[in-house]
Amino acid sequence: MTVILNQSFTGVSIGAVLLLIALGLTLTFGQMGVINMAHGEFIMAGAYTTYVLQKPIGDAGLSLLVALPTAFLVAGAMGALLEWLLIRRLYTRPLDTLLVTWGVSLMLQQLARDVFGAPNVQTTAPDLLTGSVTVAGVNLANSRLFILGFALLCVCGLAMVLRATPLGRRIRAVVQNRDLAEVSGIATGRVDRTTFFIGSGLAGMAGVALTLIGPIGPTTGTNYIVDAFLVVVVGGIGRLRGAVITAFVLGLLQSVLEYSTTVSVAKVVVLVGIVAFLQWRPQGLYTVRTRSLV
Amino acid sequence: MTTTSTPPTATATTGPAAEPPAGPPDAPFPIRFLPRLPTRFRVPAAFLLGAVLLVGVAPLLLSDFRLGLLAKYLCYGIVAVGVSLAWGRGGLLVLGQGVFFGLGGYAMAMHLKLADAAATGQPLPDFMQLYGTEGGLPWWWQPFANPVFALAMTVLLPMAVAALLGVLVFRRRVKGAYFAILSQALAAALAIWLVGQQATTGGTNGLTDFQGFFGYDLNDPVNQRMVYIVIAIALLLLMALARQLFVSRYGELLVAVRDSEERVRFLGYNPANVKLVAYVAAAGMAGLAGALFVPAVGIISPALIGVVPSIGFVIGAAVGGRASLVGAVLGAIAVAWAQSTLSDAWPAGWTYLQGLLFVVAVGFLPGGLASLRTVLRGRRTPDPGAGTTTKGAAA
Repeated sequence: MTVILNQSFTGVSIGAVLLLIALGLTLTFGQMGVINMAHGEFIMAGAYTTYVLQKPIGDAGLSLLVALPTAFLVAGAMGALLEWLLIRRLYTRPLDTLLVTWGVSLMLQQLARDVFGAPNVQTTAPDLLTGSVTVAGVNLANSRLFILGFALLCVCGLAMVLRATPLGRRIRAVVQNRDLAEVSGIATGRVDRTTFFIGSGLAGMAGVALTLIGPIGPTTGTNYIVDAFLVVVVGGIGRLRGAVITAFVLGLLQSVLEYSTTVSVAKVVVLVGIVAFLQWRPQGLYTVRTRSLV
Repeated sequence: MTTTSTPPTATATTGPAAEPPAGPPDAPFPIRFLPRLPTRFRVPAAFLLGAVLLVGVAPLLLSDFRLGLLAKYLCYGIVAVGVSLAWGRGGLLVLGQGVFFGLGGYAMAMHLKLADAAATGQPLPDFMQLYGTEGGLPWWWQPFANPVFALAMTVLLPMAVAALLGVLVFRRRVKGAYFAILSQALAAALAIWLVGQQATTGGTNGLTDFQGFFGYDLNDPVNQRMVYIVIAIALLLLMALARQLFVSRYGELLVAVRDSEERVRFLGYNPANVKLVAYVAAAGMAGLAGALFVPAVGIISPALIGVVPSIGFVIGAAVGGRASLVGAVLGAIAVAWAQSTLSDAWPAGWTYLQGLLFVVAVGFLPGGLASLRTVLRGRRTPDPGAGTTTKGAAA
């Protein structure tokens, strides 16, 4: 029983990491139809931001608090720049955004390698987050609990922004009908850039969270990006609810399968499961109802 | 005329006497050398010229080492034929060609390993003895001792996997980006699985150190030349086959599906089947390329078939021109050449260049170098919506 609970907690924490990463993707891929392969590198940028800030600040807890907003700004700025330089030329060609941003991701990885060196670096976690609490015989690592809480906080924050703020209304308007939004006086170009800023910023914060669970390196983001895309695909394009459910289900599935088989077999089985799921719901778990064909 | 802009890229990239300037009518430059031929003979003549250069001249001029490298690049060219078919014509972004390349390569490598072991009287391939594989040869290795079975599997196994994924994905109308991500996830999963099965697949090291190739000693330079000739002929045949496919009714249908799937459906065709054929054919070509890669280069490993190399297969085609067969093949060969030349001398620089190539080629020149002439003449690249030059527009 304890084993099952332990595995479930591992699954939930894998899910929380996936969720954090997929949140930004849901915005950029889901809402805007841009497949941003450089999303992984924005995660990496967030992680390195933590690493850079920790040296001058010293105190691990304080630097974590400073790193979260800084990483949001750093990664967000990178995302907005990318959108302005390249992606806005490619909105009619979503498949090409995948390839172009992959090129960008290659360059950013190499940049990280040149600046910070190829080997992974380690940041120190605050004392508060290094321990663990035991509930009902289950060992819960504090850092993982923090990530779980943080992921849920981000989901709520994003949902609030999208639902209740003027910015959110504009974003939704552009997603639903770009032309109509444009003639209604919304500067769609600026909305696109803001959306991208938020989506990339979320990736940066995910990167900060990742420093709590392991060393970081130039390929930190790439390791998660394929899984995060799968979360968005299964959850349904642009659906926060779908992303939340899918992230935790995939995380649990992964951890259970890893326990009963091996890591590599688990990956393959999860992929087969996703393809099978898409037979049942080709548009993902939650979909926007439209009258369009397809 | 701006034709001068195209040939330098080709000659600068493929090395001496290495390029086959053969191909379909949308490749402008070979025609400049053959001005008086009637239109219907130009393509066969260019093809013949390419074949003579590739099979006849290159082995005479190049050293054993360079010929070996060229053999490797030509394998990437074979993959590019499939990429040009599935992506350039069919609009299917195939990000998982590494899977099929790997399946073909491993099928061949397993046979060569077993043949080596049999030749020295060992019950198990050398790496299995090293890792102490229990219970003898795994059951799924056993059939690969048969050369006919192994050779068939190099092509049939990738095609079967592609058919399975293709049926599941295309029948349910899973859309372009979803398909790209799924095929990419497949590449990631296969690479991770291969690394995990150290004892039966060689893990990260992959399968390497082959001695013989169907009774011929692979360490003999003469036999390496034979392998090169086989690869060159395979490339030429597949290019001819793909060209025939492009000009056939099926080729027209494939382009139609890319440009407007719904209209094709309303006309009574099933777009799923059209896409499936292109995907499966591309997988078979990648599998064959992988199988030929193994004797030519002497290794197959997860690092050659994972996500990054899988996207790498697409780069060359994108740079050269995805919709143009010759463009895609030359692009793949050129990029492979640039990679091995530059990445040794200046690894960091190559990665930057690779990224930049991708951004520029896909973002600003969607038709690739093959469309450079059209673009420089002041005409915009036709049909930016599909991101590809259509056949009619480029001709």
